[in-house]
Amino acid sequence: MSSLSLRGLEKRFGAHAAVHDLSLEVQDGEFMCLLGPSGCGKTTTLRMIGGFETPDGGDIRIDGRAVTALPPERRPTAMVFQRYNLWPHMSVAGNVAFGLRVRRLPKAQIEAKVAEVLALVGLPDAAAKYPHQLSGGQQQRIAVARALVLEPKILLLDEPFSNLDARLRVRMREEVKQLQRAIGITTVFVTHDQEEALTIADRIAVMREGVLEQVDTPQRLYTHPRTTFVADFIGTMNLIPARVERRAGLVTAGPWRLPLPAVTWPDGAAGTLAVRPEDLAIEPAGTAAAAHVRRVINLGHYLQVLVDVRDAGTLRLFVGKEAPPPEGATIGIRVVRGLLFNDGEPVEVEGERPAVVTRGGANTSPATGR
Amino acid sequence: MSPGWFWAVEGLRRAIGLGAFLALAAFILGPLVTLLLWAFAGSWLFPNLLPEFSLKWWAYVLANGDVTKAIRMSVESAPIATLLSALICVPAAYAFARLRFPGRRALLLSFLSANAFPKIGLYVSIATLFYRLNLMDTFAGVVLIQMVNTLLFMIWIPTGTFRGINTNLEEAARDAGAGPLRTFFQITLPIALPGLIVAVLFAFLAAFDEAQGTLIVGTPNHITMPVMMYTLVLSYPQPVGAVFSVLLSLPSLAFLLVAQRYLRAGYLAAGYSL
Repeated sequence: MSSLSLRGLEKRFGAHAAVHDLSLEVQDGEFMCLLGPSGCGKTTTLRMIGGFETPDGGDIRIDGRAVTALPPERRPTAMVFQRYNLWPHMSVAGNVAFGLRVRRLPKAQIEAKVAEVLALVGLPDAAAKYPHQLSGGQQQRIAVARALVLEPKILLLDEPFSNLDARLRVRMREEVKQLQRAIGITTVFVTHDQEEALTIADRIAVMREGVLEQVDTPQRLYTHPRTTFVADFIGTMNLIPARVERRAGLVTAGPWRLPLPAVTWPDGAAGTLAVRPEDLAIEPAGTAAAAHVRRVINLGHYLQVLVDVRDAGTLRLFVGKEAPPPEGATIGIRVVRGLLFNDGEPVEVEGERPAVVTRGGANTSPATGR
Repeated sequence: MSPGWFWAVEGLRRAIGLGAFLALAAFILGPLVTLLLWAFAGSWLFPNLLPEFSLKWWAYVLANGDVTKAIRMSVESAPIATLLSALICVPAAYAFARLRFPGRRALLLSFLSANAFPKIGLYVSIATLFYRLNLMDTFAGVVLIQMVNTLLFMIWIPTGTFRGINTNLEEAARDAGAGPLRTFFQITLPIALPGLIVAVLFAFLAAFDEAQGTLIVGTPNHITMPVMMYTLVLSYPQPVGAVFSVLLSLPSLAFLLVAQRYLRAGYLAAGYSL
């Protein structure tokens, strides 16, 4: 199969740099997601791989062979667009067979391949239909079939399911993932939906304003984001302004005082403490930092609680349904673990251990000292 | 409350609706019916509501050498003007729709200019140009002057049509291995066909109906049907003009019937459901 290599890719639209110095290696058979908010350059990057945009600088290689100068029809890539994929004047079979006819394959072989790939995408009886007779999901399936029938080295998917309703979208991405595993094709998938990226990708490349922020597995992106942008973009994250107090050996973040990890940052250095909602724990009022419960949102199998904390703003935490705090109540909030961002790599911060409540009601927390 | 009241009002509404419909139909069809009556009228004297049926004026018109010559001139020049116009304008329209080049808007607007001013002034200045180029009273001159009238339709309608075709459809074809030319002829052109047929229809009618310019450029030997119409209306009995009018509208009618087959297919819009 095939690997894809992007080196120092540049693309400008006028004065605006859509993609800047982007380098990315996609391994053989890998499912790579380009993830980022709209306008981050992810689609431009995909279009450069497909040959629809000419890079202003850099190099695109497929299996080590430079394809940067080739037009789309001469690249071993196949693209599925967000919408308007199928040619309305051709039947499904005509759509799928188009590329094979361009390649002048014998008729019998074309028919066999079309039947085979239509069965592969689960629409074996659709050959004679026209695109307008198909649902949105079926149209996208045919578009995938049309891309796969040419046996490309790289499959490119540009938000192919974003125009489908939520349930269908989830089903389609499962199907595509299975299909991709089964045939082992190297795939680049563009999406702005982090949940979609997390569930479907082997690795995710997070982009922001034309620059690659981080390339990692979904698991690593979630647990070890390298920038506050990634931390904020992947999953839900509470960002709390923090400050290093070297002499006291502490990091202060909002009302919390946490042990300073081994870093060389100077005294008084400002940073950001990033805490996942599940890394905030509810404690009895008075035993931890005071928080005002603003809103409790029922998300089905768990609750999302919005609390206001002095000097930390509004924070989110996830709690089970057993003992939800009432709205308007004052509770205690403890930081279990967090990531401290300054310049460069973040460091992990051990949180406070549960408070030891003495009989008199006064509390001592080992983490914050006595 | 009795339902009779409701039905009475409902009936009234229907009566008003029907009346309005009939008035509109009379307004649109009335002149055409009168035209047809005159065209097949032998004599139409006072007490008779309908004229006596006769084809004598048809025989009279078709036996006239000048008239048949004008018919031939029209039938030859209008399709050629339309075809040439399409050959020049459709690629230009594609460029207008797809390419970004300096002066694009100004150029596109300039095709309106032929219709923005009194045509007669334009024709007179064209005529002075044609004198120098020896195009006066020639078939080529007539075709050229008819093309002036087709430009607007053959540029604007196809530009809009091409612009309405999503570039993804073309890119998908390139992606599948087709070069730019194959993509245009096998993907873009078929999808644009309904819009192009409409453009050709309008352009043909504009060329076929052209009278002013042809009168100036084509006389005395290159007279088309609309120019002939002036003469017929001015110097022959009324039924002759009516017969000729029917003849003049036949190509439009035929064209509409053919075009409607393509326009009804509707796959253009259908392809955009997602």
